[in-house]
Parts: sequence; C-alpha cells; structure tokens
Amino acid sequence: MTTFLQQLFNAVALGGVYALVALGLTLVYGVMRVPNFAHGGLYMLGAYLTYASLTGLGIGYVPALILAAIGVALLAALMERVIFYPLRDAPHVSPMIAAIGVLFFLEAAVQLIWGPDFKQIPAPINGIVEIGGVIVTWQRLIIIAASVVVVVALNYFLKRTLTGATIEAMSQNREGARLVGINTNRVGALTFAISGLLAAAAAALIAPTLLVSPSMGEVMNLKVFAIIILGGMGSVPGAIVGAFLLSFAETFGGAYISLDFADVIGFAMLVLVLAIRPQGLFKRGT
Amino acid sequence: MLEVKNLGIHFGGNHAVQDVTASIEAGKITAIIGPNGAGKSTFFNLISGFYQPTSGSIQFLGQDITRLPTHDVVARGIARTFQTTTIYRELSVLDNAMIGHRVRTRAGLWDALLRTGRERHDEEESRAGGMAALERVGLAAQAGLPAGALTQEGQKRVGIAMALSSDPKLLLLDEPAAGMNPEETVNLMALIRELVVGGLSVVLVEHKMSLVMGLADEILVMHHGQKIAEGTPAQVSRDPAVIEAYLGSHAHGGQMGQATNGDAPAPGAVQLTKESKHA
Amino acid sequence: MKGWMWWVAVFALAALVPLFGPSGYVLDIGVNIMIYAILAYGLNVLLGYTGQLPLAHAGFFGIGAYATGILTLKLGWSFWLAWPVAVAISALAGLLLGLVAFRTKGDTFAIFTLGVGVIIMLVINKWDALTGGNDGLNGIMPPAGLEALSKSVGLKLSGGFYYLALISLALTVIAVARARGSVFGRSLIAIRGGDDLARSAGIDVYSHKLRAMMLSTAIAGFAGGLYATYLGFLGSAATGPIQTFTILLYLLVGGLGTLAGPLLGPALMYTLAQNLKGLQDYQYIVFGPLLVLLIMFAPQGIAGLWMRLTARRTPPPAAPPTQKEASRAGS
Repeated sequence: MTTFLQQLFNAVALGGVYALVALGLTLVYGVMRVPNFAHGGLYMLGAYLTYASLTGLGIGYVPALILAAIGVALLAALMERVIFYPLRDAPHVSPMIAAIGVLFFLEAAVQLIWGPDFKQIPAPINGIVEIGGVIVTWQRLIIIAASVVVVVALNYFLKRTLTGATIEAMSQNREGARLVGINTNRVGALTFAISGLLAAAAAALIAPTLLVSPSMGEVMNLKVFAIIILGGMGSVPGAIVGAFLLSFAETFGGAYISLDFADVIGFAMLVLVLAIRPQGLFKRGT
Repeated sequence: MLEVKNLGIHFGGNHAVQDVTASIEAGKITAIIGPNGAGKSTFFNLISGFYQPTSGSIQFLGQDITRLPTHDVVARGIARTFQTTTIYRELSVLDNAMIGHRVRTRAGLWDALLRTGRERHDEEESRAGGMAALERVGLAAQAGLPAGALTQEGQKRVGIAMALSSDPKLLLLDEPAAGMNPEETVNLMALIRELVVGGLSVVLVEHKMSLVMGLADEILVMHHGQKIAEGTPAQVSRDPAVIEAYLGSHAHGGQMGQATNGDAPAPGAVQLTKESKHA
Repeated sequence: MKGWMWWVAVFALAALVPLFGPSGYVLDIGVNIMIYAILAYGLNVLLGYTGQLPLAHAGFFGIGAYATGILTLKLGWSFWLAWPVAVAISALAGLLLGLVAFRTKGDTFAIFTLGVGVIIMLVINKWDALTGGNDGLNGIMPPAGLEALSKSVGLKLSGGFYYLALISLALTVIAVARARGSVFGRSLIAIRGGDDLARSAGIDVYSHKLRAMMLSTAIAGFAGGLYATYLGFLGSAATGPIQTFTILLYLLVGGLGTLAGPLLGPALMYTLAQNLKGLQDYQYIVFGPLLVLLIMFAPQGIAGLWMRLTARRTPPPAAPPTQKEASRAGS
C-alpha cells in the first residue's frame, strides 16, 4: 500500500510536468497548426538555462527558473516570427521539417556550449517529508504545487483575459477568429512565447530530480506528442488528461512491467489508441 | 435517378442536415438553394460520400450508396466540384483531367514497375479520357499549360473537366459561379446546358439567383438543414415557406437583395437574389 | 538532351570510376553515397510524391539491414536469397505500419511514425538474442561470389561492391521513375495536393498511400541489405530518428519530389560531411539552420534551382500570355 501511494505521488508529480510541456505544444498546434518538433528542444534549453543561471550567475532557484522561462519564451517567439510565420501558407510538411532543423540546432548548440556530459541541478530544498507514512521528496511537492499554480494561471489567462480568449478562439476556429477581426498575426508569436515559457518552467521544475543532457528533449518530445495526440491535437483539457494518463501508465507500467520500455509505453498506448480511434481519445469524429 | 430518404447528419448536437427526402431526376438541372448555413454543402458532402450520414439512406440508379467511400461513389457515376477553384494548380491542365480518370483505370504499382500492357493501355486511356473531358469544357487547346496559369473561369472549367473525366452520370457543382463576373457566368450557364444536352444530369448549389432561375429545371429549397420546398423556379419563388425563410433570414443577416442581371421575377414573387458573398 | 540520356551519361561516367584505380577511400565514399541515395529515393516516394512525412524511414532501413544480417549469420542463408527476402520483409512491415498510421492524416501521421521509428530502434537495441543488442551484429559476409567475380575482371572486392551499389542504384532509379511516370504515380501526386481533392477525384487515397508506403519501405530495406553486407557490421544507431533526419536533410538539399534530387543531395552532403570530420559532433550547428533555410527558400533543392535556371534560359514553347498582354489584346 505504501509503495502504491509512493508511486501515486511520483505519477502525479510527473503528470504535472508532462502537462506543462504538453499544454504549450497543444496551444501552438491549435493556434498555428504547427506540430512543433522543436518543443523538446525548448524544454531541454530551459533546463540548461536554469543550470547556467544557478551556476553562472549564482542566483537562487526561483529567479533562475523565471529567467530561464523568460529566455526560452523570447526565443520561441523569435522562432515564430522568423520561421513559422513566413511558412504559414507552405505545404504542411514544411513547418514540421523546419522545426526538426531547429531541434537539431538547439541540441548541437547546447552541446557546443555546455558539453555533451550530464549536468546536475541541486534541489532548492533537500530532504523528504513524511505524509501519513509515505515518504516524498520536497522537490516532488514543489513540482506538484507549482504545476497546479501554473495550470490554474494559464486557465485564468485563457478564460478571463481578452488576449487569452483570443488564443482559445483561434485554436478552436482560425478562420472565425480572423473574421471577427482578431489580429491572428500577433497571437502566433504570443502563443509560441507561452509554450516556451511553460516548457522551460517544466524543465526547471523536474531538472533537480534527473540528469540534464542535450538529448533529454528528444524523449520528452515523443512523450508530449503522444499526449497531445491522445488528448486530441489542440485540446487544452485533452493535454492535461493525456499527461496524467501517460504518467500513470509509465509509473505503474515501469514499476510492474519493465523499466526497459517505460519510455515508450506512451507510444505503445498511442499505437493501440490510434488503431481504434484515429482522431484521439477526446476529439469528436467528423 | 438519385433517391434520398430521411437523410440526416449531426455534428455533436448540431443537426446540419435533418430528415431530407428528395429525388433528383435524370437529364435535368436541379438547383439546391437556401440561406447561408441551410445545410446545402453538407447535403452535397453526404451524397458524394465525404460525410457519413447519421440517419437515412441514399440510392443511386436503384442501388444503395449510403455508406460507400467517396471513390466508390465516383466509380458509380457521381462526380463533384468544390466551391473554390480547388484544382492542382502546379500540374498541367491535361494532368488535372487525367487525375479524374483514375477511377476508370486499374493499373497499380506492379503494373507501373513492370510497365505491363495494362499500364500502357490505362495510360493511353487516361490521356484520351482527359482530352475528351477538356474538349467538353473547351480547354483542349490549353492542355499543356499549368492549370494555375489559367483565368479564374478557366480554373473552374479545369475543375469541371476533372469531374467529367471520371465519366459521371450525375455531376454535383458546388457554387460553380462563385467569384465569376456576369459574362463568365453566362458562359458557364451555356456550358452546363451543353453538358445536360449531352446526357448528363446536374445538381448545383448556387447563390446567384440569376443563374439558378435561368438554368434550373427543378429547385430544392433548404432551410435550417431541412427541405422546405421543391418545384420549378416559378413554383418555388411563390412558395410562402420559401418567402418566409428568406425574409426571416433577412432580418438576421441579410440574404435578400436587388435582382441583378435584370431577371424580371414573376409579379408577387420574392426576388431571390443573394448579395455578393464578399460584400 | 532528353532526360534519360543524362541518366545514361551519369551512370556511364560513374561506371568508369573504378577503372582508373582509385583509392579504397574514394570507392568507399562512392558506395556510401549510393546507399544514402537509394534511401533518399525511398523517402522521396512518400514525401516528395505523396506528400506524407514518414519519420520511421531509417527504421525500415534497419529492418532490411538486420533481416539480411540475421538471415545470413544465424540461418546461414546466401546473401542473394536473404537480400530479396529482407526487401519483402521491409515492405510487409511498411504495410503493417501503414494500415494503422494512414488512419491518421498529415501532422499526426508524421508524429506517429516518429514514435514507431523510435520503437523500431529500441526493439533492435534491446532484443539481444536476435539482433545482438548493444553489441550489434558482427561478421556479415560479403555476397557469395562477389570477390571471385571482381578478381576475374581485375578488381578488388571494394570495386565489386562499388558496381553492386551502382547496379542497385540504377534499379532504384528505374523503379522510382517508372512509378512516378505511371497512372499510379499520377494518383500519388494527386494525393500530395490534398486528401479531400484526391478523394473527390475518385482516387482510393488509403490504398494508394499504402502502396506508396510499401514501395518506400521496400527501397529502404533494399538499401539496408546492401549496407549490411558492405559494412559487415550492424549497430542500432543507424536505424533511429537521427538517421532519418540525415536522409531528410540530404533529400531536401538535392530536391524534394525530383528525380535527380535524391542522388544530388547525398553526393554533395556526404562528401561535405566527410571533409568536415572535425566538426562531426557539431555539424548540426550548420545543418540545422540549413534545413530550415532550404525548406523556407528552396524546397526543391539543387534540382529545383537547376530547373529554374534552365527554364529561364529556354521559355516553354506555349507560354501563356501574361495578364498585361491578354488585356492589351482585348482592348
């Protein structure tokens, strides 16, 4: 029972991180119709910027997280302006291929600057807490709390602010949004910025629990794509549900089936789901 | 030739087409009209197999085609064009037409790799079928040009040629005159008449009332996804339900306007004219 | 000069190379370029002609390579039997992937196949008993009789491999050119223009995509078999997404959807990469942005640029009147 609860905690923390990364990806897809293969690269860069801020600038964990998030957000917005906006009318494979190019570049650049070996980010609060016999690290609690805060804030932004509502309107109906006079032009860059912000924040949160490496983005890429396809590409609630489905499948599947394949459980699930429901779990068929 | 019974489809809770029963007669031009959002295009998509209906049935030449995939529907003899000039702009005019002939050929990958007799035969037949279709729409002389280099009207004709080269018995035209000037519209009407004289049946969705009233033998009026009237142009334009539908929607968004092109409607009839879509 | 005459000339020139007694290094680069070119032709069938982005391409290269390796090493088959069987296995695997993957469209298809590509690599990497896992497969023999045949015409084994690769490449080019220029190929181009339009034109989109996938993966497996016997050693790294992206880059440099592109791209890029060996780890600092620039400004690569240049010099005989001319004639 204790093991089970322990796993449950891990799954929830992991699900929170997945949700943050997947939300940005699904928003970008909804608004721009770009499956951003570079998203994992942004996540990885977020971890490195956090590392650099901590070690290079000697600032605290929270300022480092914020700095990394802002840095990646700016880069993502720049990416949209320079690459994806000009490609908006190109055949749909073009932005995908461009995104792959960006992913390569980010990985190579990070490797050039910080080297190919693993880096470690110290946890801001060391130690563990015991909650009813279950032992949880502080970092996992921070992850859970922070991802809840960010998701709630994002939800508030999407539902309660004009800019946010614009993003949501566009992700649901691009043409419609253009017709009612929404500046679809600027929304793209903003959405990219938000996606970068979320990815970097997620990376900064989870980084203390794992090793940071230039290729960490590739695995995350696969997972979040699995998540948003499961949840229905472009769907915000779908991304959150998909994130927790995957984290639970991985945590419990990894514990009880095989660790070797824990990283691809998501895609195994995806193959099964798509074979039965090609439009994803939560999207209506048209 | 086409019998539709209780046809319906809903997306989520929204009934785009509901309980439509109608029959399309061979050798005639049937127009489907109705205010924006009446479900006309959805109705087309149902007939051509693009959407699967959630209720009802479709029979074509006595055979049930309700749930056939699009390419099978085309093979049975129903071809369609799209609202906009949806063609292969970077391919030649002839290539566009030849693509439409694919449904009449059977050569596959092995035939291609081994250059079999069937491949050579089908290729020749595609070329002949494509050229024949281009001649029917008057584009034979432009066969070698990239389709995108043609005028708007020319591109519409390419779209029609693509549909014709599948050798259809029934042709579905979705807003064929959209984006055309009055002169081009008249040319298009002449073309459609010629095709019908040649033995084709035509169903079209159209907003330009001058075209509908001048061309259609039968009109089917849709409103809120349902059929509210059908008959000859004269009958339909006097139908109270039709007048109500057009006046009603006028109040919410304006479907009515002045008749263009001087089609003098019968006294007392509603002037069923759609203002320019781009207004 | 007609198109096919260019090809005859290029292959004739390429066939002359070993006769001048070049170094083993030159021949090795030649063989590698040709293997990559065959792979790129396979990718071009799906991406260039059919408009689908399959990111599991290197996985099928791996399936063909490992099938060849396993059949010859573990079952003692002759390479000449194992190779075609490996091609058939790759095509069959492609069919299986396609049956599921083509239920999705466009973007989802690309993401889905990326996942499958990773899974194929992982399975190859973890299935120790069959594939040798991390240690890979060692000691795959050259094709039976190739060395004797080479000696009999005064060549080394490397010369024999060079000709084997050249013949394989020629077969691939012929197969792809025939597929493209057929009724079937025209339907693939129609699908590239959009599923809905192709459907309404009466094309059975699903079945055409499946067959394009099988052709593409069969060609990838064909390249894989050649790679296995040439190198004699197989590791799982060459079967993963990075390899797929490399082929994608080569294809884009050469020219998407063209017949010459899949050969031009690898010829240029592989040679370049060999000469930038010092940069190996960081080559994507250059190649990443290159990929972006190509897709933005020259999606048809070198072949496309060449066509544009020649088109400018010799305008097509029946050029359409420009808007201005037409209106002048009318007034």
